[in-house]
Amino acid sequence: MIRARSLEKRYGDKRILRGVTLDVAADGFLLVTGPNGSGKTTLLRLIAGLAAPSRGQLDVSVARGRIGYLGHEPLVYRELTALENLDLYGRLYRVQERRERTGMLLERFGLWDARHARAGSFSRGMMQRLALCRVLLHEPRLLLLDEPYSGLDTEGVQLLDRELAERAPGAAFVVATHEPERLEQFASARLALA
Amino acid sequence: MTYLADVGALARKDLLLELRARDTLPAMLLFVVSTLVVFHFVLPAEATDLAATGLLWVALLFTALLGLSRSFAAEREQGVIDGLVLAPSDRSAIWLGKTLSILAFLGLAEVIALPAYALFFRPVDAALVAGVVLADLGIAAVGTLLAAMATASRARELLLPLVFLPLAIPIVVGGVGASVSGEPGRYLGLLGLYDVLFAIICCASFEYVVTE
Repeated sequence: MIRARSLEKRYGDKRILRGVTLDVAADGFLLVTGPNGSGKTTLLRLIAGLAAPSRGQLDVSVARGRIGYLGHEPLVYRELTALENLDLYGRLYRVQERRERTGMLLERFGLWDARHARAGSFSRGMMQRLALCRVLLHEPRLLLLDEPYSGLDTEGVQLLDRELAERAPGAAFVVATHEPERLEQFASARLALA
Repeated sequence: MTYLADVGALARKDLLLELRARDTLPAMLLFVVSTLVVFHFVLPAEATDLAATGLLWVALLFTALLGLSRSFAAEREQGVIDGLVLAPSDRSAIWLGKTLSILAFLGLAEVIALPAYALFFRPVDAALVAGVVLADLGIAAVGTLLAAMATASRARELLLPLVFLPLAIPIVVGGVGASVSGEPGRYLGLLGLYDVLFAIICCASFEYVVTE
């Protein structure tokens, strides 16, 4: 599903990624680790198509609409409610039975009672849960998750673990994390960036 | 139909955001009315209608600039533009949705500005209104593209007027011409041509502005 050869990314004179080569199968789970500034986020942005590589070859054989991207920002509007945010993304991603699916995800991630509250009033953990709802809304075939456990409480971590366990067999994952031990059980490949 | 549904969803979202945050339209209204009030006292009593018309267009242009500078604020501050870009919809839908919301804000500002202009300076005629409507289309189309470009830059407050104002010169020429000329048709035609030409260019090039 993803094939990268000698991938390089520069911003001006600064080289963020150098010579990254990787393959991820349709049901693969790639765990990306590395210190701050090693290029984990940049790698995910390249795969998502949000940035272009400076050098090297990158093939991602999945349509843009089947990618689920969780970045450092939740990518939701703070002035809109949780429901309105998911409804907007549901429309743009042409999600079938949008309302049912939105409701199901909000309930699963413990946000149903806060569905009419503005996202800006959410705590860090609630915001991360909402971001996960957004990522999973359109049943992506490729999930790109950047520090998915960030801000989650114990219950949130368990919810995410359950989601990963359910989805791992049928989708490809690239997960960047500082806590690889938490995801070792799912990983089929590892990439350590320096 | 799907494209129009995407545009509708994005424009509706912008209107909803403005209804909640109220950080663009009130500023535009306050700016345009206060500018016209100041011009009313600044302009000498013996000044011609031509001068007053010129000042109206200055006020409208800078009011539009104020709105445009805020148009991608929510997307920039919350990184949401990445979410929109990743969606499978045609990326020009983002441009069109934003253009429509800017157009709505401009229209609302002018609903207040034109009667204020009539009160302070001279009556508003059909040619002036037609000029304003056509100018709004061009301002919103070009301004949205340039606002998206500027938003990626750290010097966005400086960059937007720097690139927008030169491109708005034909709009001012057409608008002022339609407002004061005895034959406004020529100038309205110029504005119409500008709108069509730049709408096509902006629609086609927006994808390259929001992606690397």
